Amino acid sequence: MGEIKQIKNLKEFSTSVERFQGGHRLCPGCSHSIIVREIVNATEDDLCISTATGCLEVCSTIYPFTSWDVSWIHIGFENAAAAISGTEAMHKALARKKKGYSDKPMKFIAFAGDGGTYDIGFQSLSGAVERGHDFMYVCLDNEGYMNTGGQRSSSTPVGGATTTSPAGRVSYGEKMQKKDMTAIMAAHRCQYVAQVAPSSWKDLVKKAQKAYQTPGATYINAMSPCPTEWKFDPSMSMEVSKVMVDSCVCPLYEIEYDPQTHNYKYTVNYEPKNKLPVKEYMALQGRFKHLFKPEFSHVIDQWQRDIDAQWDYIRRRQDAGV
Amino acid sequence: MAKQHRVVWDGNMAASQAMRQAQIDVVAAYPITPSTPIVQNYSQFVADGEVEGEFVMVESEHSAMSACVGAAAGGGRVATATSSQGYALMVEVIYQASGMRLPIVMNVVNRALAAPLNIHGDHSDMYLGRDAGWINLVANNPQEAYDLCLCAFKIAEDMRVRLPVAVNQDGFLVSHTAEVGEHLEDADAYGFVGDYTAHNPMLDPAKPVTYGAQTEGEWHYEHKMRQNYALVNAVPVVEEVLKAYSQLSGRDYAPVECYQTEDADELIICMGSVVGTTTMTVDRLRKAGRKVGMVAIRLWRPFPKEALAAAIKNAKSIAVLDRSCPMGTTGALYNETAAVMVENDKSANLINYIYGLGGRDTTTEHLEGIFDDAAECTKAGKRVKPIIQTINLRGKSLSFYE
Repeated sequence: MGEIKQIKNLKEFSTSVERFQGGHRLCPGCSHSIIVREIVNATEDDLCISTATGCLEVCSTIYPFTSWDVSWIHIGFENAAAAISGTEAMHKALARKKKGYSDKPMKFIAFAGDGGTYDIGFQSLSGAVERGHDFMYVCLDNEGYMNTGGQRSSSTPVGGATTTSPAGRVSYGEKMQKKDMTAIMAAHRCQYVAQVAPSSWKDLVKKAQKAYQTPGATYINAMSPCPTEWKFDPSMSMEVSKVMVDSCVCPLYEIEYDPQTHNYKYTVNYEPKNKLPVKEYMALQGRFKHLFKPEFSHVIDQWQRDIDAQWDYIRRRQDAGV
Repeated sequence: MAKQHRVVWDGNMAASQAMRQAQIDVVAAYPITPSTPIVQNYSQFVADGEVEGEFVMVESEHSAMSACVGAAAGGGRVATATSSQGYALMVEVIYQASGMRLPIVMNVVNRALAAPLNIHGDHSDMYLGRDAGWINLVANNPQEAYDLCLCAFKIAEDMRVRLPVAVNQDGFLVSHTAEVGEHLEDADAYGFVGDYTAHNPMLDPAKPVTYGAQTEGEWHYEHKMRQNYALVNAVPVVEEVLKAYSQLSGRDYAPVECYQTEDADELIICMGSVVGTTTMTVDRLRKAGRKVGMVAIRLWRPFPKEALAAAIKNAKSIAVLDRSCPMGTTGALYNETAAVMVENDKSANLINYIYGLGGRDTTTEHLEGIFDDAAECTKAGKRVKPIIQTINLRGKSLSFYE
């Protein structure tokens, strides 16, 4: 087990040693880089990271440059989990044979977008988690294929306009419900699964540290507001993130699975004092603009009912202790 | 020469034993007919405590090769095995393995590609990966599957090469055919392969590395041509390793193997289990006074152009056997041969035989027929048959390119 890094305040955290360097080419206001920094800077242990094809990969390792001050590999779109499972297996094998490169603890992380997690990388993730490799999988969830110009994924929420689920004269955009990936990963009996948002940095860092300390595979669903395709001003990313949390569109919660009792323990990590209507969250983003036409108002009403039900469900699981 | 032990084994067990003796750090694999026994044998080695490395039983061949790439980049010895559809599923990642210059060894038990589904041997999987940047060796019997698998680690991990190596063997005809063979003692086999030499390991925190970066117009071409430079220049290293192995084992191997070629008027050029059948056919026809010979391609990639040119220099008629449907052109081995002839101003009558698809039998009688065709061409002083012929095809006879 490695050391838990002590973090007192935001200034100290933001000035700690950078393992994900600036100079990358992510869009201004992109939440990915904020989440990644928060996660890799949350430990002082050595790291090996894999990343699926997508915004983070494309923008952080354009040869001959790299933003990564830790070992990093990208293979393809659908195999970030399989790739890091191989590296982690090699670490175990060399340690057993006493041929390791270092005696210090090493942590393994896979980063992928929602396309690389909910869709094309789903099988690879499921397999690697089932095999019990000791790694943290972080889904940078911006609810669509943003690297290729904003197409829908199975994470795109109902009513979201994307380039393959556009709003039109007769359509309000995406029709399918967002897949509940966090619950799916909990069902894999990961001992630790959590949802985070970049604006709640203390919560995010605490959860990353908990994941680092948990044996086996852990899963973090990191909601990542995307100014380019959610269509808001780049200066507003953290504001959008805050409203996303305070409207309970992105509940901050965690699920701990106990392999002895087979119990799932839900914990809601943040209860907004003043729960905002989802309308406020939607109004901040161009991708929902069409829903404010009178003929599509039922979509917003349905959203509110769905979000309320989801929020209620998570709290009921918490209260029941199962 | 080192001490050896006689055994009865099939191609899958032979390859499995070589994997065990090489003390691999990570094997990530997924079962598929006819290479499944390799994965099962290796599982048993793990269960019996005979190997110390990690065995990762993944959920698909795509993940098998992905985990192999992640493991090899981590910094240790890596191997796997597959066939056919599994190989096809891996294709995306086998290009990544060679592009990242990772010395992974893969036993490919060759099998037809669907549709129609067929579990038996042909070379369509080997041909599918021929431009993927892997070194491809061809084992024609179980003994060779063992020997070449040991050599593969040494070739792949050589600092002058650092490329993945596939060792091909014919599904069922090699993989499931029990034969008497010989293996080295564990210490001698490992001594030959040697300890793994690390090169830019991800797992060394003192020197973080980035694998799989993006290169667009500025650098992609340079990377690919340098990769090709390493592959083309691997030929002498392959020869060196095969020679060193011959000194240890007493079994000789070369990138191109010639049998009765020196004075032969008619030659068959082929790869795989048909090599054994062709050798017998040559012996039979030689007894009858026919000047026939065989050239077996041991190194499919990088293609040994010079050695092939030397092997065919005296031939008057050449029959090239391809065990894969060429789909819209001539067979790949035929094309290689034709290129070598043009490059060397060599003229001969050249015919292409597409044979053995989906495990269709090819016997000495069929091969005699091919030598007869070739002799007919020699006699006429020109090609007297359409370029593509079939062997043992049922129903309407088919040939292509008059």
